[in-house]
Amino acid sequence: METETAVRVRGLVKRYPDKVAVAGVDLDIYRGEVFALLGPNGAGKTTTTEILEGYRRADEGEIDVLGSDPGRAGREWRARIGIVAQTTRDEPELTVAELVRHFAGYYPSPRDPDEVIAAVGLEEKRKTRSRKLSGGQRRRLDVALGVIGNPELLFLDEPTTGFDPEARRQFWTLIENLRTAGTTILLTTHYLDEAEQLADRVGVIADGRMIEVATPETLGGRGARTARVSWLAADGMREVRTDTPTAEVSRLLAEYGGEVPELQVRRPSLEDIYLELIGSTPKELEGALR
Amino acid sequence: MTALPSTAKVSLARTQLEVKEFFREREQLIFTFFFPIIFLGIFAAVFSSTDFGGGVTAATYFTPGMIASGIFLTSFQSLAVTIAIERDQDVLKRLRGTPMSAQAYFAGKIGLVLTTSIMQFTLLLLIAGLLLDVDLPTSPAKWLNFLWIFVLGTASGSVLGIAFSVVPRSGKAASAVVTPIVLLLQFISGVYFVYSSLPGWMRTVSEIFPLKWLAQGMRSVFLPDGFEAVEPGGSWQLGTGAIVLSVWLVVGLVIAQRVFRWTRRDAG
Ligand SMILES: Nc1ncnc2c1ncn2[C@@H]1O[C@H](COP(=O)(O)OP(=O)(O)OP(=O)(O)O)[C@@H](O)[C@H]1O
Ligand SMILES: [Mg+2]
Repeated sequence: METETAVRVRGLVKRYPDKVAVAGVDLDIYRGEVFALLGPNGAGKTTTTEILEGYRRADEGEIDVLGSDPGRAGREWRARIGIVAQTTRDEPELTVAELVRHFAGYYPSPRDPDEVIAAVGLEEKRKTRSRKLSGGQRRRLDVALGVIGNPELLFLDEPTTGFDPEARRQFWTLIENLRTAGTTILLTTHYLDEAEQLADRVGVIADGRMIEVATPETLGGRGARTARVSWLAADGMREVRTDTPTAEVSRLLAEYGGEVPELQVRRPSLEDIYLELIGSTPKELEGALR
Repeated sequence: MTALPSTAKVSLARTQLEVKEFFREREQLIFTFFFPIIFLGIFAAVFSSTDFGGGVTAATYFTPGMIASGIFLTSFQSLAVTIAIERDQDVLKRLRGTPMSAQAYFAGKIGLVLTTSIMQFTLLLLIAGLLLDVDLPTSPAKWLNFLWIFVLGTASGSVLGIAFSVVPRSGKAASAVVTPIVLLLQFISGVYFVYSSLPGWMRTVSEIFPLKWLAQGMRSVFLPDGFEAVEPGGSWQLGTGAIVLSVWLVVGLVIAQRVFRWTRRDAG
């Protein structure tokens, strides 16, 4: 059964003895989109992802992933998904090339192992045993093993943790290429620039609940991106939010009749909006600055 | 959609990968592969002037015990330790996320056990026969016995190893939990001593476990005819041995199927 949604979740609940990790999450991921799941540590991202991957059982809710219930799905279904888990360790004595080639052998129509090794930037480490890889290189190997099967749906749980800036750019290119090829991707990340760069839509989850789902541009609602003009007034830092920052600046110019101390005009980044959404904008700090 | 790769093909690939890993892993290589060979050498040297009766040398007397213990190490110890580590390190979890079939995984483990144990006893026999002057049996009947004892021994050791792999609480603890148990079994099963010289209660305990029967079966193959008189019951007890090993095989299989898991206990 082919549907428009690769993933459809309604009312997902997962309880642990001392914690409700997921408290009624709804989620739709459309075919061909990159969906980024954001949220603080312990928000329930990995729990949700691993339920969708079939590793953990939900306590409540309807879950449909590529037309199947992940808890019951078989090998044909697993051939269509790719997984990069948050924490993995490899068979230490096998080389990069051996592992990637071997995993290719599990899938009906895998990608070319050499191309995948190149795409994650491990050509020079082909013959290195995974025990001797650096942390970031090992993570790249995880990514290689996650995409080798040419999945329709790819789960990436904090894939770029430990990547150097260049590796991260390279990874972004890889994801953009996969998206162009039609792969649906669920990505969790703590890097807001990464979400902004890669995601068609982002979902913000906190304490097991989905707070908002939107495109990176519209997250936080109208006005979230309005400019902020701040300066040092006689009684401390002042900040105003305005749709007309130029007018505000010229008003200040008139008021001060010259240099405005510590003048700054900025638009909130996705990170600012995100922090505000999850309620961790330090209000006290903002107050202190006023 | 293209069909999934056949289980036979993936099983073969798994076996090759497992064997490659085994021989690259130094600890495995020493403690499961070379241990019996080293011990045979030591015993042959230490007891070089001891006559075990009827002109049987120490090398001859200990060869069957070392072969039996080697089979137990390459099956039970090897699988119990490596699967526990694989589970703890999320290697199994990653495999579970691919279309690899469970059959292919276990076929790879069986392939590993067979490859390593066949290589091991071949090496043991070569060293015993060529360097330690052990007379190896020539009668086909004895080799036929060797064959079924080997098959029953590796099979029961393997399923028990797979089942036991859930006992260690972490990968780090795996060796520390499994090795002493195997060592204990080796002591009470007459691998390192003349079995009939062990105290009666110890022999009674050992009769519950497979290694005693494996060792006794191997003695029937490698010791001269008439030596069964030295055995406690005055016979090789091959029938009883076959029954005990088969029972362990079935029990191990049932338990392994019930307890085997792809993820850690705390995986949620
Ligand atoms: N196996 C488990 N047993 C008990 N509690 C668990 C288990 N897994 C997760 N939890 C709890 O559920 C909550 C959500 O955890 P989860 O791993 O899903 O968070 P996360 O959003 O992925 O966080 P992070 O960004 O740190 O990876 C946490 O409070 C965690 O302690
Ligand atoms: Mg997580």
